[in-house]
Amino acid sequence: MGLARTWSVALHGVAGHLVEIESDVGGGLPGIHLVGLPDAALHESKDRVKAAVVNSGWQWPNERIVLALSPAMLRKAGSGFDLALACAVLAADGILPQSALNGSVLLGELALDGRLRPIRGVLPCLLAARAAGAERVVVPAAALGEASLVDGLAVFGAASLTDVLRWLAGEAELARPGPRPNPVDDAAPADLADVVGQHDARHACEIAAAGGHHVLLVGPPGTGKTMLAQRFVGLLPRLDAAGALDLASIRSAAGRLPGAGVLSTVPPLIAPHHSTSMAALIGGGSGLARPGAVSLAHRGVLFLDEAPEWAPHLLDALRTPLEDGAVRLSRAEGTVEYPARFQLVLAANPCPCAPAHDRDCVCPSLVRRRYLGRLSGPLLDRVDLRARMLPITTLATVAEPWESTAQVRGRVIGARAAAAARWAGHGWATNAEVPGPVLRTRFALPAGVVRPLDSALRAGEITARGADRALRVAWTLADLAGRDRPDRELVETALFFRDRRAA
Amino acid sequence: MAAKDALGRRGEELAAAYLAEHGLVVLDRNWRCRLGELDIVCTDTRRLVVCEVKTRSSTRFGLPAEAVDARKAHRIRQLAGAWLAAHHVPWVEVRYDVLAVLVEPGAPVRVHHYEAAF
Repeated sequence: MGLARTWSVALHGVAGHLVEIESDVGGGLPGIHLVGLPDAALHESKDRVKAAVVNSGWQWPNERIVLALSPAMLRKAGSGFDLALACAVLAADGILPQSALNGSVLLGELALDGRLRPIRGVLPCLLAARAAGAERVVVPAAALGEASLVDGLAVFGAASLTDVLRWLAGEAELARPGPRPNPVDDAAPADLADVVGQHDARHACEIAAAGGHHVLLVGPPGTGKTMLAQRFVGLLPRLDAAGALDLASIRSAAGRLPGAGVLSTVPPLIAPHHSTSMAALIGGGSGLARPGAVSLAHRGVLFLDEAPEWAPHLLDALRTPLEDGAVRLSRAEGTVEYPARFQLVLAANPCPCAPAHDRDCVCPSLVRRRYLGRLSGPLLDRVDLRARMLPITTLATVAEPWESTAQVRGRVIGARAAAAARWAGHGWATNAEVPGPVLRTRFALPAGVVRPLDSALRAGEITARGADRALRVAWTLADLAGRDRPDRELVETALFFRDRRAA
Repeated sequence: MAAKDALGRRGEELAAAYLAEHGLVVLDRNWRCRLGELDIVCTDTRRLVVCEVKTRSSTRFGLPAEAVDARKAHRIRQLAGAWLAAHHVPWVEVRYDVLAVLVEPGAPVRVHHYEAAF
């Protein structure tokens, strides 16, 4: 008879909470009672844990066992508590000393033969354990690579329950994560020099990359819309450590983190097909929602090719994350918030028939209008830059080659640095994140400079949000031009890229 | 008598001896009514102790005590009420125990006493 405590982590979206597991053995008929809002998978762990302990050669206490997961209010899901539950039972039965367990967080699913299976979301679990002040964390050996991404925590990898018990008893050592691998340069994305012509569209992509703006590319098929969009990611700077860890946490929660434990600093490019479901795009799933494409594209690019083919409800669902930089998903077991600060790149044909030269179009005007009309006004209002791609008239290699990714990226990084220096005291990194009111008050431009915006507003050509967004683009143009603030010409350029007639 | 009934009988004998050895006074055994049967009714002089005896000859199909589930516990509670009524006993504290008897061939008999099991 006895009482014991172990610790594990419950994952709620990408946020982890330390969970204390108490075990009381004795005082009644044999049976396991699991309390503290466990879900179905966690209820099943009663049987898994018992089988794993018995098959590892230990005696299962034939008494009444109460296992309490605290805080009791928090819903706990999944199989990651198995290891902590098994150790709690054995410690309460007197097989393990409680002192060995203090300060340790145990993560892992048990197989019936006592092997330790990997679980989803090890990285956010470790971050939560570190934040809660844990000293040591045991993870399944398969997750050691992922675990090596977290500093300031002693992480141990175990292959089976027996390994863990022997380690707790001080009889054996557990595997430690290897040195953190340097961020590898993933296969370099295709180079911008491959795209023939398209001066305007290239410029739009450069501005978008420099300021964190959203782009719409419209043009006939075969002019390089998709090529350009795929090369867009190459223009973005590498992610900083915090950003890379954010992204890795989202990938881990989605079960998409490669096991190698390489912290990727390449901004993600997520390009879902237009038949994607709402749950895959925004995030979803039963019980507690899982991250979707918008979150997997966090700090990177969400590329929607053939945008008018997308169902309108999917496109319009992007409006909130575009504005907030996060999605809040409510399901039966609670609401989770996933970060979703992505840059949207839309590509579209000008009409359904889409000939090489627009003048050959045979679509009735109504069909033409309806085609691009599928991109709703509110969505387009959030797209800062619209670029029309022109038919290519010659494939002959020009004497001077087209600008390469490296050249454009140099300018982008310079402009981003200028913007970051200006907003450093305010907590924003890019122009796209700056709230409109700040741009209109503390960083207000002279009346003469913003006059084009006023007249466009008066003429009903742009909305108030559109004016704010044009202002942000103007600031980015100033950063790219190396000026300390936009002038009237740059504001007009920003408005030109906003022009709805372009699309 | 079938083999399983003989085993149960032997288990109850062993259980009654075990209880007497531990200072309990056996009041009644195999008391039947239309609801079923109580194995052993005894007292520790302060409260009534109603015992369910479960005997098995191996643990191949689980421990003896695991066979006492919620349905069985409910029936024993009802039976205890019926026993009290039949014997005109006024209100008295009742404790429900389970005695798990393991009679494995070639091994000493093991009796496990779960006090206040339900």
